[in-house]
Amino acid sequence: MADQKKTTSGGRAPQDRNAPTTGHVWDGIEEYNNPLPRWWLWTFYLTIIWAVGYMILYPAWPLVNSATQGILGYDTREEIQQEIARFEAANETWFQRLNETPLTEIAADEELQDFAVNAGGSIFSAQCSQCHGSGAAGLQASGYPNLLDDDWLWGGTIEDIHQTVRYGIRNEEYDQARNSQMPAFGDILSEGEIDAVVHHVRNISGQEHDADLAAEGAEVYAAQCAACHGAEGGGNQSLGAPTLNDAIWLYGGDVETIRETVTNSRFGVMPGFADRLRDAEIRAVAAYVHQLGGGE
Amino acid sequence: MSSSDSPPPSLYAAREPVFPRRVRGSFRTLKWWIMAITLGIYYITPWIRWDRGPDLPDQAVLVDLASRRFFFFWVEIWPHEFYFVAGLLIMAGLGLFLFTSALGRVWCGYACPQTVWTDLFILVERWIEGDRNARVRLWRQGWSLRKVRLRLTKWTTWLVIAVLTGGAWVFYFTDAPTLARDLVNFSAHPVAYGTIGVLTATTFLFGGFAREQICIYACPWPRIQAAMMDEDTLTIGYRDWRGEPRGKHRKAEGAENLGDCIDCNACVNVCPMGIDIRDGQQLACITCGLCIDACDEVMDRVGKPRGLIGYMALSDEERERAGKPPVSPWKHVFRPRTVLYTTLWAAVGAALVVALFIRSDIDMSVSPIRNPTYVTLSDGAIRNTYDVRLRNMQGEAREFTLSTTGAPSVSLSLQGEEGLSVRVPADEQLNQRVYITAPAGSAAAEAARTELRIWAGVEGASDRIYADTVFNGSGQ
Repeated sequence: MADQKKTTSGGRAPQDRNAPTTGHVWDGIEEYNNPLPRWWLWTFYLTIIWAVGYMILYPAWPLVNSATQGILGYDTREEIQQEIARFEAANETWFQRLNETPLTEIAADEELQDFAVNAGGSIFSAQCSQCHGSGAAGLQASGYPNLLDDDWLWGGTIEDIHQTVRYGIRNEEYDQARNSQMPAFGDILSEGEIDAVVHHVRNISGQEHDADLAAEGAEVYAAQCAACHGAEGGGNQSLGAPTLNDAIWLYGGDVETIRETVTNSRFGVMPGFADRLRDAEIRAVAAYVHQLGGGE
Repeated sequence: MSSSDSPPPSLYAAREPVFPRRVRGSFRTLKWWIMAITLGIYYITPWIRWDRGPDLPDQAVLVDLASRRFFFFWVEIWPHEFYFVAGLLIMAGLGLFLFTSALGRVWCGYACPQTVWTDLFILVERWIEGDRNARVRLWRQGWSLRKVRLRLTKWTTWLVIAVLTGGAWVFYFTDAPTLARDLVNFSAHPVAYGTIGVLTATTFLFGGFAREQICIYACPWPRIQAAMMDEDTLTIGYRDWRGEPRGKHRKAEGAENLGDCIDCNACVNVCPMGIDIRDGQQLACITCGLCIDACDEVMDRVGKPRGLIGYMALSDEERERAGKPPVSPWKHVFRPRTVLYTTLWAAVGAALVVALFIRSDIDMSVSPIRNPTYVTLSDGAIRNTYDVRLRNMQGEAREFTLSTTGAPSVSLSLQGEEGLSVRVPADEQLNQRVYITAPAGSAAAEAARTELRIWAGVEGASDRIYADTVFNGSGQ
């Protein structure tokens, strides 16, 4: 009753000499009895019951190679699978729309472009970034092209990019792969001629060069290189022959690297993704790469 | 170790039911007013309408979690302006420091939702089951038809209040009239029903049954407050030097030696916490002032001066024991500590108000893309890429036009846009990729870093905004 003296911890002033103690005495120090509320004890028991129920219903006890499964059959892995399936189902209508829209018209559809760029970006991270880099800047030391600039080996329209991603370059998996091969001129030209060509290429790309050697190299270039790289060095996208008269270099534009390229040739290979990705995914990657800053 | 002759006392105690008696007086009146005002604010606020134009919700106070906006009458807070919320929290903290150091647990006693709703539930209890004595009798007797009827009526009424409490809460988070209709149609989102369910359960249990147990055992705030009180803090106390020795029998022998306390237990009977204030300051006391009202009423009746129980500071005790007049409460309230708290509180408040008035309704931030730091184009030009975030904090779509200063030779272009303008929809933010290109051989292309400022202007608006960033060239 409320008008009785309280004995719960609520009411007792510590200076009260008659306050009940637990009876415990240590070196003359007594302990006041401030009993916990009983409902608190019950909530404690309730948590124990809850824990037992939880252990029966859900995976709980670790065993040697597995764990107890619980009778509800709950599985976090399965839950994630369901979540993934839910998102994939939601994406399906978008992929469908991507398949039905001509490549060149994707960018005009703002919503679709947004989806394509995001989907393509995540596919790019998983499939393409190993060589082209997570920022798509490529890696010159290994000859992986930079996809951000305005120079394209095989064409920079979204259709060209789609074709490249689909079948790859110089691989043996696909007959449709883009294919070409530069001869290794170490077997064809003398060292002096190669040196001259190198300086000619330095000349047409506006770099420091030896004018005499370059003049000599121009003749060699016209005979040996112009067929693919063009008389002015403008390259040829149908052959994947790089432009030589600009500021962008696939492997490097210094004397040593150009000499290495001419002497031993290069043979950059890219796998095709026709069998690894669905066509809608390839279209998404093409849309992503096309909007990186250099798309034509 | 332990004494062996008596059985050890139980470590647990059952809750002793509290049956607060009705009381009248100035503190009770004040509490009725506070209850009416706070509950009124709580229930009515979400229904106040505010015209913000066609694209924005017209609810005056709305926490729009889905769109990440907070609307408060004419103020709209975006996530990047969260410092307003932080500032308000700091003000709330300082306000509690101020009130606690000046008036002790005044929050607990008058304004805490637990106190207000418990007070309301006790009022309902009294209307249905009668005042203290009737309730004690009902509690003692066994189950009868009458008891079942009274209990069911009381619990049902509590439950209705609890449902309305939980129901009002959800209206703060979405358009209230729409949600009200959906709730009645059973077509509202399960989260709304779940929230109402949880808040109904807590209101019903905490206000109806747990009551003072929440304050004593569950709430951490009283323990913190104790650390903020000092000898000048006004708090409720019993003037034992005046009241003791207490005694009921005023006509008995030796009654002239008794103090003013007639031991009528009025102060105990009205206490919602079930404590005896005459035991001194104690952790269960929420300083609601009802014992003051009860005691003053008794003192009036027995012809003694009021104030046997009253607000006082700890430092008054010695003066009063010595028979000196107490210090004025104002002198306790105005002291360096409370003045400092008030100053800080006002300074934060003033800063927030100033920030509110000088903020622009357009905003931008620029994050340069650093993977890679720059791109060389075929003509040897150097290009940098930036993510520019444009915010249009107005109820209509507006055209933002970008420009740069700091590097005269560079040119600007916007991904997916023909010109240098982009349309930002009403009350939205837009992420725009921006290319800045420095021609081959220009200073910016050849330097390692060039400081750059990107500007954004809105047609028709006089204020332009800018963000500073850096252009990376091919130089080392």
